[in-house]
This record gives sequence, C-alpha cells and structure tokens, in this order.
Amino acid sequence: MTTPNLPIDIALGVIIYWLLLAVAGLLLQNSRAISQWIFPAGAAGALVLAVSALSSLGGAINVAVLPLGLPDLPFHLRLDSLSAFFLLLLGAASIGISLYSAGYFRHMEGGSLGLLCFEYHIFLAAMALVFLADDAYLFMVAWESMALSSYFLVTTDHNIPETRRAGFLYLLIAHVGAVAILMSFGVMQGGHGDYTFSTMRNAHLTEFWASVTFLLALFGFGAKAGILPLHVWLPEAHPAAPSPVSAMMSGIMLKTAIYGILRVSFDLLGMPLWWWGVLALSLGLATALYGVLFAAVQTDMKRLLAYSSIENIGIILVGIGLGLVFHALNKDALAALALTATLYHALNHSFMKGLLFLGTGSVLHATGERDMGKLGGLIHSMPKLALLVLVGALALAGLPPLNGFMSEWLLLQAFLLSPDLPLPYLNMLVPIAAAALVLAAALAGYVMVKFYGVIFLGQPRMEKTAKAHDIGAWELLGMGWLALGCLLLGLFPVFVIFNLDHVTLMLVGKTLGSTAAQTGWLLLTPIQPERASYSPLVLLVIIVIGVLFTLFVVKKFYHGRLRRGPAWDCGFPAQTARMQDTAEGFGQPIRQIFEQVLGVIREVPSPYDKKPHYHGETRDLFWDLIYLPIAWVAERISALIGKLQQGRIPIYLLYSFVTLIALLAFVR
Amino acid sequence: MNGILLQLFQDTLVVLVAPILLGWVNQCRAWLQNRSGAGVLQPYRVLIKLFHKDAVLANNASPLFRSTPYILFSSMWLAAALVPVIATDLPLSPAVDVIALVGIFAVARAFISLAAMDIGTSFGSLGARREMLVGFLAEPALLMVFFTASVISHSTSLVTIVETLAHKQFMLYPSLAFAAVAFVMVLLAENARVPVDNPSTHLELTMIHEAMILEYSARHLALIEWAGAIKLLAYITIGIALFVPWGIAEAGDWGALPLALVALFLKLMAAGAGLALLETLSAKLRIFRVPEFLGTAFLLAVLAMLVHYLLGV
Repeated sequence: MTTPNLPIDIALGVIIYWLLLAVAGLLLQNSRAISQWIFPAGAAGALVLAVSALSSLGGAINVAVLPLGLPDLPFHLRLDSLSAFFLLLLGAASIGISLYSAGYFRHMEGGSLGLLCFEYHIFLAAMALVFLADDAYLFMVAWESMALSSYFLVTTDHNIPETRRAGFLYLLIAHVGAVAILMSFGVMQGGHGDYTFSTMRNAHLTEFWASVTFLLALFGFGAKAGILPLHVWLPEAHPAAPSPVSAMMSGIMLKTAIYGILRVSFDLLGMPLWWWGVLALSLGLATALYGVLFAAVQTDMKRLLAYSSIENIGIILVGIGLGLVFHALNKDALAALALTATLYHALNHSFMKGLLFLGTGSVLHATGERDMGKLGGLIHSMPKLALLVLVGALALAGLPPLNGFMSEWLLLQAFLLSPDLPLPYLNMLVPIAAAALVLAAALAGYVMVKFYGVIFLGQPRMEKTAKAHDIGAWELLGMGWLALGCLLLGLFPVFVIFNLDHVTLMLVGKTLGSTAAQTGWLLLTPIQPERASYSPLVLLVIIVIGVLFTLFVVKKFYHGRLRRGPAWDCGFPAQTARMQDTAEGFGQPIRQIFEQVLGVIREVPSPYDKKPHYHGETRDLFWDLIYLPIAWVAERISALIGKLQQGRIPIYLLYSFVTLIALLAFVR
Repeated sequence: MNGILLQLFQDTLVVLVAPILLGWVNQCRAWLQNRSGAGVLQPYRVLIKLFHKDAVLANNASPLFRSTPYILFSSMWLAAALVPVIATDLPLSPAVDVIALVGIFAVARAFISLAAMDIGTSFGSLGARREMLVGFLAEPALLMVFFTASVISHSTSLVTIVETLAHKQFMLYPSLAFAAVAFVMVLLAENARVPVDNPSTHLELTMIHEAMILEYSARHLALIEWAGAIKLLAYITIGIALFVPWGIAEAGDWGALPLALVALFLKLMAAGAGLALLETLSAKLRIFRVPEFLGTAFLLAVLAMLVHYLLGV
C-alpha cells in the first residue's frame, strides 16, 4: 500500500499547505477568521507532519528532485532518519504553539495579524525545508527564508526602538553565521562544483580541510544556536518577539542549528577527529555555565528564559562533543548513548521551553508586565496557567520523573563511561567536565525556583496581577499538549529511545534501544542492569502511593481541624507585598558569588539623597570584550572608506576612469 | 517474595527509627554541652504534640503550600527506603540509581522552597533563596561523591556500589577518603546542621531551613519535621553504605540479617554521636562563608575522582 516516496510527499504537502495558509492569512486580514481558523489549521498540518515523520523514522531513505530554482540547478530533497527526527520535533512542538497562537493573537488588529500569520507559516515551512534539503543551494535558500521570516516576526512590535535594535542584532549575527555556513559548504564540495550533499559525502577531504569545514560549520551554526560568544542576540530577540514566536524560535529554530552541526559532522564529513569533540565539549560547557549564571540574575522573565535556552544549547553541544569523541575513537556504542542523550534533550527542550515561553505570553497578556519583580501571586488568579507552568519549570529544572531529568541522566551515564577511552589525558578531563555539567544542572534548579516562585507565588505586587484572568481554551489546549509531552517523554524513555535508535544507527552505526529495554519497557538500562537502571514511572507511582498513604493515615487519625488566619512571619505585623524577594533579591547570592564573571554595575543612593535612585545591572562581558571593539573597528574602517564618497559626479567619473586604466594595465 | 518483605520491613524501619536517631543526636549534643537532655524519644513527643494541634493556614496559602508536606514526606521516605541499609536485595532499588536519588532530594528541595515563597513573607523567600544557594552547591558535590564511588565500582546502582565496596580489602582508599570528607560536609549542609544552619535557632538573620517552614503548623509541620528526620537518616545510611558497608547482608543471605541489624544499629549510634561532636565543636558560619564551605566540598569530591584516575584506586 505504501509507496516508497510517501513520507517525503507528505512532508512536501504539509510545506505547501503551510505556504497556502500563509497567503490565506495575508488575504483574509480578519483577526477573528485568522485566529480561529488559520492557526488551528496550521496545527493540524503540524500533526500530520509529526505523525508521518514518526512513522518514517527508520524507513527507507526518500529522495526527490524538484525542478525549481535556477536552470540546471534543481532542488534536491532527502528524507532520512535524521531529517525525520527533526521534522518530528518541528511538528510535535509546533502543534502546541500554533494552537496557543489561535488564542493568543485573537485580539490583534486584522492587518498586522495577517502579516504575522504570513510570516509565521513561512517560518514553519522554511524550517521544514531546512531539514529536507539535500543540496547546499536549497539549504541556504531555506536557511535564509527562515532567518528573514523570523526577523520580521521578532520585529512585530517595530515601533519600539529596542525591538528594532534587537531585530537588527539578530539579523546581523544570523548573516555572519550564514556566511560561515556557506563557506563551509564551499570547502566541503572539494572543487567538484557540485553542491549536492551526496557529492559532499563522497568528497574525501584531507584532515586539514575537514577540520576547516568543521570549524566553519560550528561557527556558522553556533551563531544560530547561541553558542558562546555568539549568544548575545538571544537575550535581546526573545523578549522582543511575541511569546509564541519566542517559543518557536527557542523551541524549534535553535534546533535547526543542532541539526546542521549533526548533519555536517556526522553525516557529510564522515569520520570526525577526536579534538573536534573536545572543542565542542568545552564550548558547550562554557555556554551552559555562562547561560545559567546569567539566567539566575535576570529580572525580565523572557530574558531569563532566553539565557536558560543558551544553557540548554550548551548541554546539547556537550552531548554532541561527547558523541564526536567516542565516535572518533571507535567507541560507537558509547557514541550512540551520547547522541541519544543529545537528541533526547533537544526534543525535551523544545517541549519545556515552548511551554514556558507560552506561559510568559499568557502572563504578559493578563498583566502587561515582563518584569518579574512586579508580578507575584498569580497562582491565585491564574491557577490553570500556574499548574501548566509548574510542569514546565520542574522539567526544565531537571527534576525526576519529568523529561529534563531523563536526558540529563542519559548524558551523565555517557560521561561515567568515558574512563574506557584510550587517550590518557582525555579520560581524566571528562570527569571534570561532568562536574561542570552537574553544576550547571543544579543552578538550573535555582533559576527555575526563582522563575516560578517570583512570578506565581507570594502576594501580588500590583493591583492588576490580583485580578488577572486565567487562560482561555486555545491557550489551555496548546500548553496542555506541551505539558503532556513533558510528562510522557519523561515517563516512557524506553519507547522514545527505540525511536531515536534509527537516528543513531544512521549517524554512528550503533543503537541503544535493545540494550535499554533488556529488562522490559518499565526499566531503562542503557548498558547493563547492574551498571545503571532507572524507572521514572515506578518512581512516580511510589511517590504518589506515598502521598496517598500519608494523606490517608493523617485523615484517619488526625482530628482535621483547620483555621485560616493572617500570615505569622515571626510575629512581624506590618507585612506588605514589597517585603518579598524580588527577582533581583532572589538572584543576589549568585551575583555576590560570581561577581567577577557577571560584570555587575550598581548605583546605590546615599542616605542623603533627596530622590533616592537604585540601579542594578549585570552586563554581558562579551559585549565589552568582543562586540564593542569589533563595532569600533568597523566604524573606523567605514569612516575611512567614507572619505572616498564625495557626492560629486566628476570625482566618481574619475574613479571609474582610474579603475579602467588600472584594469587595462593589468589585463593587457 | 522475600525481597518484597524485606523492602516493606525496611520502609517501616526507616520511618520509625528516624525520629529516634534525631533524638539520639540531640541527646549526645546535650551530654557534650553538659546538659541532661530530653531523652532519645523527645522527637516523638514533639510529633505527637504537633499532631494534636489545630492547623493554622495563612489566608493566601495555595494548594501547593498544603500539598508540599506530603510530597516532602513521601519523597524522603522513598529516598530512605532505597538505600541498602541491612540487605542488598531490595526490589525497588533498580528503579532509582544514585543520580535519580540526588534528583529525589532535589525535588524535595524545590517543593519546600516553592512552598516557602507561597505565602509571600519576607522570611519565607529569604529562607527559600538561602536553601537554593546551599542546594546548588551541595547537589553537585553530592553527585561527584557518588560518581567517585561509581567509577570505582563501574555502576551507578547503589546496590552494586555497596556490593563492590563491601568486597574491597579493609584499607585506606585515598579517593574514598576525599569523598568521605566531602560527603560529611554535604551532609551537614543538606540537613541544616551547624556550621551551615542551626536546627535549634529562630534567630532571623541566621536561619535557613527554619525560615522556610515558619508558616507551617500542626500536622503539616509534623510531617515536615518527620521528613527532616528521615532525610537525616537517609544521608547517614548513604554514608554508611558508601564508606563503611561491612556487615551488610547480601542477596539471599538470610542468616546474616540479625547481624546486619546489630551492625546498622551500632553504626547509626556512632554516626549520630560523631555528628553531635562535630556540631558541638564548630561554630555557625556567616551565610556568605557557606559557598566557600560547600565549594571546598565540591572541589574535594572532584579531587577524589581525579585521585582515583591518577592512582587507579
């Protein structure tokens, strides 16, 4: 019944369907119709894509050639397990985000919503094409459409100057990255002049040129992913964009870069060198630690999440690095473990971070406030939202039995196996890397308690927070889908790993699934049962039984009398909402401990100030160390070149004349 | 079948013994400070008193606040039930390895900190912030201690670790010695003991754990206190399992059970007395010296692992 090319046809169909929806949104210009019909229809397309991608994992490789584009340069498409996995990620996460958007954007003015709907669906289709592209030409076209459409989405509120600046920064770094990617493809095709990926797979590069390619690709994709020091656009662009767009960018778009790194280093380049892995590992650790430290001191809730995304990308990169090291040293079973952890974490992150960004969107809608220090107590006015965000926050904090813990557990297992490495110094470095990773994971717990506690718990700090309306049905549906994903991905790891097997089989030729399920689906055993095992479902069931049992015993033997009264607070009578920790207060220990790294600027009023003014800020050190010097140099060079531009036609004619003479002199 | 019986026996044992262990520590401390002390059963009397009182909830307490004591109690109970204290064949132990065990402690910490912020008092959020500060440093240190034991025994399963270490010769392993020191420091910090926190203080500026549970009363407070006692027991038994596992009954060896019980009893007595001695000899640290204290623990644990790689033992 199934024709061999069915999966890629379905994927292409969904892409065309999204493009049609984009145009329909542009034509309709009616906010009610767009929010109630187009976005849910987009979600339905995402569902079809996700189901088809899931079923095509491990299926035959699909290829297609589209006679589009330039003459003699058709588009090559290919759907293999790696593409299918990322299409699954795209589809599964965007179901929730599109459903949510149906509710979120319903009050937006029709014309601008039409435009947004257009860009939104182009963005979706472009990301799907990135995963399907099988030649450098189509890849770059899709990659640039993705960058441009997301740039326009980021600058939706373009009348705010900060938003325009954030958009510019994003576009700039995206293009610096794109140039590096283009150059890496250029090196990789090895002078054949044929830019299809299949040529690149067969071009046997020397170690030197392979390394150049890898470094260029790491730089280029790193700019998109937010790897240190190219991370600066994330904390600017994410708060500027509307929340569903932030969710899409953080949850899905960052993963296109991960896809690119995996595609280049494991598939196109063939055999990696071990020091690539060490480089990726160290960069990943630095990124993870840096991201989480900055997340801990943020006061804007979306900036906090953006820095947390940087951290998670760091963790994913650590996994890739570990996989590269293992693969290069022919420990492919271990490489499969590390890559499973990596892919698992990428999938988990798109659910967790999507959920949390959507949560901030609802908070923003209900209160109009992004500063955590002005929120508080939302658990009373928005209980449904509070519950859903709690799931996401606990998952992102890496707590069992949710999904964030699951992938970190796998990654730590991979680390603990590294003593088997044949390189003497390397196997000693790896435990230290594990220590740094664990530190980042523990700090993530701090960040999430701060995030949830300051926004949702305590007393409301403003009048309007106390009266905020809870989320509507579309929002509930979208966020509920993502929260359910967080729960299921955490509880049933064995099934997830079975599906990830197809990808690791393709990348390193080994799988984990049959080992992982050797004692049944309930218990996850990545190597041997006596070596390590974990069962999130059992853990959850026991804790629930424990809670119910305790509740039962207490109900049975306790008299059950309960009174309500004012908070006690050590008998202190004049409690106000302003005495709770703000976001800044909660981050104060981190700021004090890591003052050297964080670049803290503080202005504290003196006791005699008539108008006391407090200002605290943590600056990203990379601004002062890298970006501002580069900007300064660029401006200087432009100023020099600017001297050529006199604005007078005779001078320009003179330039042309001199150029002609020079050319004649050389070419003759 | 026997394994399940043993598991149930251990579950009951840890819940019932935990308050007595706490009483024993307090009694030892009283003796060392030349006081007569309230007896080892005092924690039970406190629990009974609390269970007789009327519960008072703050007006704006959310469901999260009310459910936290139960989640805390249940997760600590699970943690203590997983540690092989008297025998190594526990049917539950494959479900949770050492990394997940650290995860369970982290769950408990996250919930109690969130509950502390729920009422929105100044002390609550202060306590939560400090608890998370202690937590984010203590958690990696604890994991590194476990990792040291894991690379020695090639396993993260607590049962395998204990079985491997129990078969080692009785001699000093430098890596384990470093790890043991780090573990004791983490134990002090995580259980709110001097020098990191003082369990008997209500002085505003110094409290961590007590600040978080100020708003709890009656049954909720009782559950939290009980969970605290179980947590102390869990940590001490983890220490016993990692560093002095001798005398534990191995799988299928039923004859060794009574002996294992006696050994456990003696070890717990010694550990409790040692804890009391440590607490009496040291003074409470300023809160901003705590990161140094825990940073030392973390570095010692990393050092333990490096020593294992360098010396191969």
